Amino acid sequence: MIKIEKLHKSYPIGKDSLHVLKGIDLHIKEGEFVAIMGSSGSGKSTLLNIVGLLDEHDEGDYYLNGQLIKNLNEKKAAILRNKFLGFVFQSFNLISYKTALENVALPLYYKGMKRKERLQIALDYLEKVGLKDWANHLPNELSGGQKQRVAIARALVTKPKVVLADEPTGALDSTTTDSVIDLLKDINEEGMTVFVITHEEEVAAQTKRIVRLKDGVIISDELTKSKK
Amino acid sequence: MFDLDRWREIFQSINKNRLRSVMSGFTVAFAILLFTLLFGIVSGLSNSFKSAFKDDAQNSMRVRVWKTSKPYKGLQTGRSIQLTNKEYDFVGKEYEDKIQYQTARINKSVVIKYQNNADSYRLKGVHPDHQFLEKTMIDEGRYINQRDLKEKAKVIVIGRLLKQDLFGEKPALNKRVNVNGSSFLVIGVFSDEGGDNEERQAYMPVTTAQMMYGNNDYINQIVLSYQTNLSLEAAIAFGDKMERDLRSKMSIHPDDQSALSVRNMAEANKNVGMFMFVLYAIVILVGSGTLIAGIIGISNIMIFVIKERTKEFGIRKALGASPASIVGMVVQESVLITTIAGYLGLSLGTYILTFIGDSLEKEYFIKDPSVSTEIVIGATVVLILSGLIAGYVPAKRAANIKPIVALRAD
Repeated sequence: MIKIEKLHKSYPIGKDSLHVLKGIDLHIKEGEFVAIMGSSGSGKSTLLNIVGLLDEHDEGDYYLNGQLIKNLNEKKAAILRNKFLGFVFQSFNLISYKTALENVALPLYYKGMKRKERLQIALDYLEKVGLKDWANHLPNELSGGQKQRVAIARALVTKPKVVLADEPTGALDSTTTDSVIDLLKDINEEGMTVFVITHEEEVAAQTKRIVRLKDGVIISDELTKSKK
Repeated sequence: MFDLDRWREIFQSINKNRLRSVMSGFTVAFAILLFTLLFGIVSGLSNSFKSAFKDDAQNSMRVRVWKTSKPYKGLQTGRSIQLTNKEYDFVGKEYEDKIQYQTARINKSVVIKYQNNADSYRLKGVHPDHQFLEKTMIDEGRYINQRDLKEKAKVIVIGRLLKQDLFGEKPALNKRVNVNGSSFLVIGVFSDEGGDNEERQAYMPVTTAQMMYGNNDYINQIVLSYQTNLSLEAAIAFGDKMERDLRSKMSIHPDDQSALSVRNMAEANKNVGMFMFVLYAIVILVGSGTLIAGIIGISNIMIFVIKERTKEFGIRKALGASPASIVGMVVQESVLITTIAGYLGLSLGTYILTFIGDSLEKEYFIKDPSVSTEIVIGATVVLILSGLIAGYVPAKRAANIKPIVALRAD
C-alpha cells in the first residue's frame, strides 16, 4: 500500500538546510496498523506529511497504492488525498463554523457528492463513532474526545485506503485516549490501513507494528505482541 | 455555472462571519454611495446648464448695436448706431452658405385690446425664420410667412398666455384685435418653453412693424443661426468675421464692442463645454479615487480574512480541495459581498438624489440630479471587477501555501 525507498527530505533554514529524513525505507502493506515512534525532531511528522501528500520529498521513491508519487501538482495531490487518504490531526482541525455533521460531510463535498447523499453518509459515520446525537453541534460545543471522534469520522467518510493519524491522542486525557485508540483498532479490524504517529508507548503498544525513528533514520521496525 | 453547494458554502461562511462581511460590505457601499452622489450632483449641474440655453437655438448669433465708445474716422463717440434692412440683406448675402436661419427683430411695447380686455404687451416684428430661432411652437393657426412680409399684412401671432388674458377660453384664431389703434388679424397662437414672459408677447411681420412704427427700414437686432455642420471653431470664426465686416461697413472702430457686437452662442457653448469638461474630469478623478479607496478597503479586509482562514484552507486541502476550488470560493464570496453592498450604496445614492433633487433645484442651481444607466452599469462592472481582484490576489496566494504550512498556521 505504501512503499518508500531511500527517502530524503531537508528543510532550508536560512543559508543552511536541515536534513530531516536521511534515507527511509518503509513498506506498509494493506491492512496494517503501524505506529511511528520517535522523540520530537526525529522526523516522524515529516514522514507522515510526505506519506499524506501534504509535503514533497527531495530524493527517493514513494509509491502510494502502486502509484509513483512524483512532481504532483496541487490539484492532483488534492484528488489523491481525497481518494486514498484520511487524516486525523492532533489539534483535530475541525472547521469551527461548521457543525459536526457538516465537518464530516466536507470531504464528500470535494468528492462531488450530492448534499442529501453526503449528509446521510456523514450521519452514518457519526453514528459509528457514537456521536449521532451531536451531529448538529459546533466543534466548540464538543469535548476533546468528541472532537477527535468527529475528526476520525471525517477521515473515514470517503472510505480511504489509509488513515493517517498525527498524534491523535496528543491532546486527550487517558480515558478518551483509550476510546480513540479503540476506534482506530476497530477501523483496522475492518481492513483499513492505519498509520499512527505517537510518542506514547501505551498507544504504540496497541498497534500491530512499531517503527522507531531517530535523527531521520529508522532504528527499529518490529511487530508487537498484539499482532497475533 | 450555478453550483448550489458552492453557494451554500459561501452563505454559510458569510453568515458565520457577519461582522467581517458587513465591514467589508460597508466600505464598498460607502464608496459607491459617495460616487453616486458626486456624479448625480454634477450631472444635475450639467442639466442646469443645458436647460439654461434650451429656450433658444444652440447655434444662434445675435447682432446688437448701441452707441459708439471709440472715435473713428473723424466720427466722435456717443454716436447711436442703427441697424437697417441694408445690414440685414448684407449679412444674408455675404454669408449665405454659413447661415441656417436668419431674422430681423424689432422690439416694441404695445397695447393690445380685444373687446373690453386690454393690456400692454411686448411685440416683435420678425421674419418667418424667427420661429425656428426662438423655438416657438405653434398651437393653433400658423406663423408669419413670406406673403405676410411682402404684403405688409396686418396679422399677428399671439402667445398662449396673452391669448388667455384677452380671450379667456374663447377661440382667438381669425379674430381681430386692436394693436395701438390698428386692427390686426390673429393668425396663430404659440407656446414657448422660455417661460411666462415669452408666452405673453406677440409677433408680426417685420415689414408691417417698420411701416407702422416710423415708416423706415430700421431694425433692432439681427438674429441668425449658423449651419450645424460648422464646427465650434468655424462658427466662432464666422461670428468674429461678421462682427468685423459689419463694423467696417458701418464706420465703427474695429474694437468697439459697445457700438456693435455679435453675441455668439458658439462661444458660450465652448465655454460651457470646457467648464463641464473640467468639472467632469474633477468628478471622475475624485469619484474614481473614492472607488479605489473602497476597493483598497475591501482588499485589506480580504487579505486579513484570508490570513485568518489559512488554516481552514489547509484543512480543506487536506480533505481534497483543489487550489482552484478554494480561490473560486473566496472570489465568489468577495464578488457577492461587493456586488450586494455596491448595489445598496447605489440604490441609497439614487434614492437620496431623487429625494433631495427638488430642493436642490430651487436653491443651488442643480437640476434633476441623477446617474445615467451607463454610469450604473459601469459602476457595477467596476464593483464586480474589484470584488474579483480583492478576492483573487490574496486567495491565490493562500491557496498556493502548502497544506502543511497552512495547517500549522494559527
